Amino acid sequence: MEKTTYNFKEVMSKPERLAPGHRMCAGCGGTITVRTVLRALEEGDRAVIGNATGCLEVSSFMYPYTAYEDSYIHNAFENAGATLSGVETAYHVLKKKGKIKDNFKFITFGGDGGTYDIGFQSLSGAMERGHDMVYVCYDNGAYMNTGTQRSSATPQYADTTTTPAGKVSAGKVQVRKDLAAIMAEHHIPYVGQSTFTSNFKDLYTKAQKAIYTPGAAFLNVMSPCPRGWGYEPGEIMNICRLAVDTCYWPMFEVIEGRWILNYEPKNKLPIEEFLRPQRRFRHLFKSGNEELIGKFQEEIDRQWENLRNKCS
Amino acid sequence: MAIRERLSGNEAVAYAIRQVNPDVMPAFPITPSTEIPQYVANYIANGEIDTEFIHVESEHSAMSATVGASAAGARAVTATSSCGLALMWEELYVAASNRLPIVLALVNRALSGPININADHSDSMGARDSGWIQIYAESNQEVYDNYIQAFPIAEDSRVHLPVMVCQDGFITSHGVENILLIEDDKVKGFVGAYEPEHYLLNGTERMAVGPYAVSNYYMETKRAQRQAMINAREVILEVARKFEEMTGRRYGFFEEYRMEDAEYAVVIIGSAAGTCKAAIDEIRDTTGKKAGLIKIRVFRPFPEEEIAEALSRVKAVAVMDRSEMFSAASGPLGAEVRAAMYQAHGTADVVNYFYGLGGRDITVSDFKAVYDRLEAIAGTHVVTDMYEYIGLRSAQSEEV
Amino acid sequence: MANGKIYDRINEQSPWQDITEGNKIFEAATSKDFCTGEWRTATPVWSQEKCKQCLLCTPVCPDSSIPVTAGKREDFDYDHCKGCGICARVCPFGAISMREGK
Repeated sequence: MEKTTYNFKEVMSKPERLAPGHRMCAGCGGTITVRTVLRALEEGDRAVIGNATGCLEVSSFMYPYTAYEDSYIHNAFENAGATLSGVETAYHVLKKKGKIKDNFKFITFGGDGGTYDIGFQSLSGAMERGHDMVYVCYDNGAYMNTGTQRSSATPQYADTTTTPAGKVSAGKVQVRKDLAAIMAEHHIPYVGQSTFTSNFKDLYTKAQKAIYTPGAAFLNVMSPCPRGWGYEPGEIMNICRLAVDTCYWPMFEVIEGRWILNYEPKNKLPIEEFLRPQRRFRHLFKSGNEELIGKFQEEIDRQWENLRNKCS
Repeated sequence: MAIRERLSGNEAVAYAIRQVNPDVMPAFPITPSTEIPQYVANYIANGEIDTEFIHVESEHSAMSATVGASAAGARAVTATSSCGLALMWEELYVAASNRLPIVLALVNRALSGPININADHSDSMGARDSGWIQIYAESNQEVYDNYIQAFPIAEDSRVHLPVMVCQDGFITSHGVENILLIEDDKVKGFVGAYEPEHYLLNGTERMAVGPYAVSNYYMETKRAQRQAMINAREVILEVARKFEEMTGRRYGFFEEYRMEDAEYAVVIIGSAAGTCKAAIDEIRDTTGKKAGLIKIRVFRPFPEEEIAEALSRVKAVAVMDRSEMFSAASGPLGAEVRAAMYQAHGTADVVNYFYGLGGRDITVSDFKAVYDRLEAIAGTHVVTDMYEYIGLRSAQSEEV
Repeated sequence: MANGKIYDRINEQSPWQDITEGNKIFEAATSKDFCTGEWRTATPVWSQEKCKQCLLCTPVCPDSSIPVTAGKREDFDYDHCKGCGICARVCPFGAISMREGK
């Protein structure tokens, strides 16, 4: 399904499907992702929203307060993929048996801990089986719910509570796992990687494609966390812009195996621009650590070239 | 007219699944339960049922998908054994606390390590506190009958709890026995159509399941869950009565074998009860010793008062555990039966045995030795150990 | 859908008999009854005069607290706005200013 037009005002006028009153932190990127993705549902369609345990879950369905306008299921940390595959399968069989009439869509949200790490197997299984569902990772690059521990989505050198920068440590040792690419290798019909842009066209249209492409779809959405990353909450859109313009967070999609680069900065900014405003990278700017920033840049350049080759 | 057949326990469960025709079955292969999903897959492949099978990548995902399907409004089942149940652990609690009427066919097998594929109860006994109803069987007939009764128990609005239908790995699961099957239409009538009141895919209502609940709610939630387990007692008996009307086969919380005048009783779960019954007949015929048996069918909810009452007139009791719980004292059944008897001011002496771990055989002569020991204990009122072993090799001679 | 506030039916004083089965909630969006606006330490103030209705502030709100009807934003939902200030930062026209306190 290709929608070529994006009428921002029309999209913004659609009814809200994530209600306020949830307990996510002020300035949270996670709920910005959820709102945008759910807004991509067509108004007549119903949905069941899934959720891995994480900030979003404990804040958006705190008994007896659900923040969802749709039906919702949280099960555990590592099984959002499997849980929603059960729901989706139930839908097909009950529909076939004539027990339900409405059209349902299935969207599940997981943080990077619940998606890249503990829920990886369950996600892989659900994608491989090809359930007609969307798995959305709101990637904030660490276990934020438990207090900013390192995940396999954490960028190299990030200072987290389990990879603290110290006298003999420069933060996380490894580079982050490229989950969107791994999901693309499942040969599912749609994979998208996105984050927030000023009119949200990129994320919204990807969510629309993910939801309305039959079969399994995966969205990886960088969703900054002001507490975990250490920036002023109001700065989120600037952080996202820098992530994209430094090519730290490329926006791309993989449609039926075809890689498409959605944005190429006219002027690719040096990685320092993205790192500097964040407390988690503060130690990289101490004298003597220039080499680390150089290494970070090299890795970004290598991955960017790699991505461009895939997309050419 | 009932259908006379010869089936293994796994075949009997699969046959019952075909008759119930559940909506969704996520399952993952593990010995000795693997045949159940295989048979079901064949029924599906041949269009005999319209169940949707989910080929999950682990047992954790099997129970996770079962929870999802059940919450969505489907009649959902799965099957597993041993480490498969252990991998489901977290999800067992979730299924029960979400009050989902899932039916799990468990083929009991020892837990690792060391890895062992044979029967014991360490898998289900470890899950005894997860909030599931647990029903055990001696024979293939009982497995089949229990499986069919599990649905109206689980789905009763007074209960809404998941049910684990347990049978002993290989002994009943693979052993072929004569069995009386119920006609398809009668099974369908007995189980009924599944019409949940609340579910995710309901057209007229939104539902949210699986919240974070702070301490001000958690304890009340657990108390409400306990009530469902209390209510399950009467529902289990009601369903058993209806089942008896349909088949003539009678079920309760436990079976009493020659307990009317028994002085020495064994309390046991599962297939070894058959061997014990043979021993009792022989003992009574040859020695006149009044031996009897209580075979527990329903372990959760635990029929505490009824068991204490049934044991109130015996002189000595041997409680037989087919799983360790490493308390360095009793096994799980031993501890619960002792507690029940203590509360009822029981006077019988009690000894607890471990037997059959990892598929170790237990024979008629083993049971004869147990009844001899009970007679000796009743004479002296001296129970030297909280627990003893059957069939254990030891360099010392203290074990039986 | 039941009427009234969810906390009138289920709250931290409810006896166990009133807890919904399996902690399930059989209605949508009950979180609206919980006022996160209490959390604010800074408050966005919208100037209708300066606002050009470009709506760039609406998708960035993590708390769905900028209602839009037929292509036009309305005043903030102060019952729920947590005062994060993202909207003020993205407004190209200076139509949102942050005021200290609630």
